[in-house]
Amino acid sequence: MWIDPKLCVGCANCVAVCPMEAISVDHTSRRANVDLDECVECHACYRGMSRERLNPTAVRLVRRAAELFRFRFDPEPDVCPTSAITPEELTWPRTVRRAFSDVLVTHESTGILGRGTEEVKTNDVTGRLEAGRAGFVVELGRPSTGARFHDIQKVAMALADTGAAFEANNPLTGLMDDPSTGVMNPEILDEKVLSAILEFQTEMNDVERMLSVLRDVAMEIRTVMAVGVASRCDETGDNPLETILPDAGFPILRAKTNLGLGRRDSAREGAMAS
Amino acid sequence: MTHSLHRYGRYEDLTGDFIVFAMPARGFNDTDAIETQKAFLRLALDFDPVNIGDAKRGGEFRPQEELNPLVHWRRNTEPDPQAVIEGVESTGIVSAVFDDFEKMQTFVRALQEADLGVSINISALADRAQACCGACGITRHSVEYSLGFQGRTEELPEKPVLELSTMCGHGTVSFGLAKKMLDRVRTGRKTPKDAARTLARFCVCSIFNPARAEKILAGERPDPPGR
Repeated sequence: MWIDPKLCVGCANCVAVCPMEAISVDHTSRRANVDLDECVECHACYRGMSRERLNPTAVRLVRRAAELFRFRFDPEPDVCPTSAITPEELTWPRTVRRAFSDVLVTHESTGILGRGTEEVKTNDVTGRLEAGRAGFVVELGRPSTGARFHDIQKVAMALADTGAAFEANNPLTGLMDDPSTGVMNPEILDEKVLSAILEFQTEMNDVERMLSVLRDVAMEIRTVMAVGVASRCDETGDNPLETILPDAGFPILRAKTNLGLGRRDSAREGAMAS
Repeated sequence: MTHSLHRYGRYEDLTGDFIVFAMPARGFNDTDAIETQKAFLRLALDFDPVNIGDAKRGGEFRPQEELNPLVHWRRNTEPDPQAVIEGVESTGIVSAVFDDFEKMQTFVRALQEADLGVSINISALADRAQACCGACGITRHSVEYSLGFQGRTEELPEKPVLELSTMCGHGTVSFGLAKKMLDRVRTGRKTPKDAARTLARFCVCSIFNPARAEKILAGERPDPPGR
């Protein structure tokens, strides 16, 4: 992202809006600058802020006059008065920043928005997570802290060491040089993203061991991560993780519950059967 | 996406926060899913949700691309649910957010009867979702549990900032904007309702709960109601 210095009036509205705190105002030039090393190309500033397209010279004059007379004015916080925020054409490897950070970019590998897959949200239809198995989703950089691929690789390698098999359809797995070791493409290691999700499945009796591995590697990374684990319920609706997780020190609080109301298209069922 | 799973708060903070969403499965039941998604959203409106949305186009509170400068004195921030429904034009997740358990449960019952055929999920306190299933005679199929945050959590901001920011599943409601809105409410320069709606506009995935945000912000006023 780029802020056009010819248009910027230094109002600083965009500073608070940036999830990575990558925007600052230079008080000498009175212009906002983007720290490109911190910017993850999420487009939150460009998409979230409305534009007024005012004349920058006029706005600067009004702002100077207001300052002179100590007139305080709280503008709407989500407006760029002169439409100075400008997306840039990205090249590899910077393109991975936007692919993992801009909510509205669809990953080619999954065909869905966001950083992961359908997980268990459609498990009643796809059956991708079978009974007796646990599906982990480890989102690095969340909440709103961002993650570099150095740290993502560190966690991936720790998990791969335990034999975790990463989800083939997850966009992050596609960036690994070798999914069996968790080693990522070296060209992207310095890149930063808003967040990225490692997905893998284990047998249910491996859940505690994986939680322990995650706890240990979490101490070694320079960011935060949010962890989720899923499994299928039995025929009475009970879920084995509701015993395993509290025993492992994770009390049950929030969850995403698939109600089992989905079904496959009958036409596709027929085609698959034949 | 784990987008709705990791909302921050204690149990009592999360009792007014329920997301119900519908998702077609790619390659299994996503043909003609757009009409199904619209039907989900239309049905939700009968149960007084605090936000509905389409993860590809946003929720009831969307940024306006162009604004008139006079907006600083009089801005229309009213939600527009019909625009959400009319705007659904591709397959994806659609959601409805509730601040009341009974309304959410009645909506789930209506979804059962409507038999839309796509996967329906509740993202909320696990025991509340389970209670809803029990009351509706639904046997849960699968559950994904949030285990919270790990790593350098000591660098995360204060509780109200985290509560507000994590209501956007993709992290595009920044800590900075949440702090700014808290500051404006604390100093009486913005109402909690206005501040909540400003934050909601940055949540493209549309699962932000403006009613819960308003409560959090109202609790930070110098003289909050009920003190």
